Amino acid sequence: MKQTGLGHHFASRLLSLVPTLLMLITIAFFLIRVAPGGPFDTEKPLPQEIRANLDAKYHLDEPLLQQYFRYMGQIVTLDFGPSYQYKDWTVNELIASGFPASLAIGGTAMLLAFVMGTLIGVIAAIRQNTAVDYSIMGMAMMGISIPNFVVAPLLILVLAVYAGWLPAGGWEWSFRHMLLPVITLALPVIAYIARLTRGSMIEVLHSNYIRTARAKGLPERIVLGRHAMKPALLPVISYMGPATAGLITGSVVIERIYSIPGLGSYFVQGALNRDYTLVMGVVIFYGVIIILMNFIVDMLYAWLNPKIRFDEG
Amino acid sequence: MTEPVLRVQDLAVYFSSRTGSLLRREERVLRAVDGISFDLNPGETLGIVGESGSGKSTLARAILGLLSPNRGRVLWMGEDLTRLEAEPMRQKRKELQIVFQDPVASLNPRMTAGSIIAEPLWTFYPQMESLQVEERTRGMMKMVGLLPNQINRYPHEFSGGQCQRIGIARSLVLNPKLLICDEPVSALDVSIQAQIINLLRDLQKKLGLALIFVAHDLSIVRHISDRVMVMYMGRSMEVAEKTALYRRPLHPYSRALMKSVLIPDPVRAREVKQEVWLKGDMPSPFSPPRGCIFHSRCPYQVPRCQADVPALRRMENGNWVACHRAEELDLSI
Repeated sequence: MKQTGLGHHFASRLLSLVPTLLMLITIAFFLIRVAPGGPFDTEKPLPQEIRANLDAKYHLDEPLLQQYFRYMGQIVTLDFGPSYQYKDWTVNELIASGFPASLAIGGTAMLLAFVMGTLIGVIAAIRQNTAVDYSIMGMAMMGISIPNFVVAPLLILVLAVYAGWLPAGGWEWSFRHMLLPVITLALPVIAYIARLTRGSMIEVLHSNYIRTARAKGLPERIVLGRHAMKPALLPVISYMGPATAGLITGSVVIERIYSIPGLGSYFVQGALNRDYTLVMGVVIFYGVIIILMNFIVDMLYAWLNPKIRFDEG
Repeated sequence: MTEPVLRVQDLAVYFSSRTGSLLRREERVLRAVDGISFDLNPGETLGIVGESGSGKSTLARAILGLLSPNRGRVLWMGEDLTRLEAEPMRQKRKELQIVFQDPVASLNPRMTAGSIIAEPLWTFYPQMESLQVEERTRGMMKMVGLLPNQINRYPHEFSGGQCQRIGIARSLVLNPKLLICDEPVSALDVSIQAQIINLLRDLQKKLGLALIFVAHDLSIVRHISDRVMVMYMGRSMEVAEKTALYRRPLHPYSRALMKSVLIPDPVRAREVKQEVWLKGDMPSPFSPPRGCIFHSRCPYQVPRCQADVPALRRMENGNWVACHRAEELDLSI
């Protein structure tokens, strides 16, 4: 077992992503086709000729398997095709138009949640079973249980309508416009991370090597920072991978309430309209981000835990 | 006579546990260490023995302030450690060190052997050149019998015995004056145990440390100690010079312990009549017996033992014992 195992480890991890992605695409492709209805089904049926024309234009008249291979051939060139519902838009354009706003809000929310969540989680842990701990954990429970479609209107009412400090909605690349959606998105994540951090921190603080660190005569901040923080963050990191993917690909609820032109609504719209190409596009996009995030989590894990680095032969 | 470096006076540590429902809260108090006193001379080794749960480790940690005692004083060079604030107590850790029981779990798995050993230096001598720190670290590794080129390895790449050597190197890197070994070998193989024990004894002679050696293995304690304290349920039963204790214990419990040492020769073992000495198990620590804490298991108990708590008192030969009948009983082995 050599130290070079690290590079090898990640190369093989990267390679194993290909079959995962392939499977995801295949399942999604056939699943959406199994759902009844199609992109051009409307309440008033289209004339036969027009319908046949449309189907021929989008190759929907071909056998399903042929369509599948056609689609696979197309997406290796990273072309997700035209949207069936948003006329004159390709799926690539739709994703490119929605993703920046979702990424900005989701990324900021995640960053805020990580900093705040770990901070108050650690405070709760070192004040375990005191009033401080109980009130932090009580608030965290509330943060997790109150749904965002309740929090968002409340924030808008108080901070935008009554106080008038912030805009009630709409999208501009400004701090003022991002603040409310970011807070709404971050609140439950802060709460969840705080609970995770508290739990693992308490466990770590009871471990023998923390006792050793104290016996060495280290100041408490070094005991926490150098010895306790890294292992306590492990569960948080593994939660953050998929959570980040979820946040940066947008939330339908948040985007609707704050009228943000994000990616989230395409997931719902695409599925409802049987907009096959759009659904496939966002599913693949989301899948790639999830896989990427998990990959980053793996790398962070190896950094946090020297044992993993060597276990891979 | 030399002045003792460490005087422990009436030290007590209680743990409380809450049980029962929300309405019928019961608080139970466990007296893990209950009024322990002893002196330790410079360069001396005091062994502390007792069954599991007798409070040995708790006592060790309370002396070093890793637990806060409920009562009593720990006088280190005349200064009461129990009254020190966090920061001055932290400074004292340069002089007072401890080797822990579980060698692998006591090392941070995310730090290399070198940084584990060097960390106390970084903390207390931040102005020290990094080259100097590394030199000292390698020197410590050599001293405890590790290869200095293993400096960048992680704890999981070492064996249990090697991990304990790292633990010892770490505890000695600041040149402490008192080293407490809390069952340093109980997690190790017998062959490794001997190596570690001999290492500790050699280092003690070389560095002139005062040593407190906590163990439940009586042969090891006999090997390394000058004096031995026998603990039972948080109290001190006997404090005696080593040879006296192992030949002619004064307390029935000490004798029971000494007799429980296995004889590594089956023929002789059969010759020595196997006496059943201790009746039953240790009583629940939440409801300790009244009077002498040992009376429920003592073959020599008399009515007085259930009424009065025997004080730890000095005998003619200079040893200390807490038994009403110490003078009349002959407990020679």
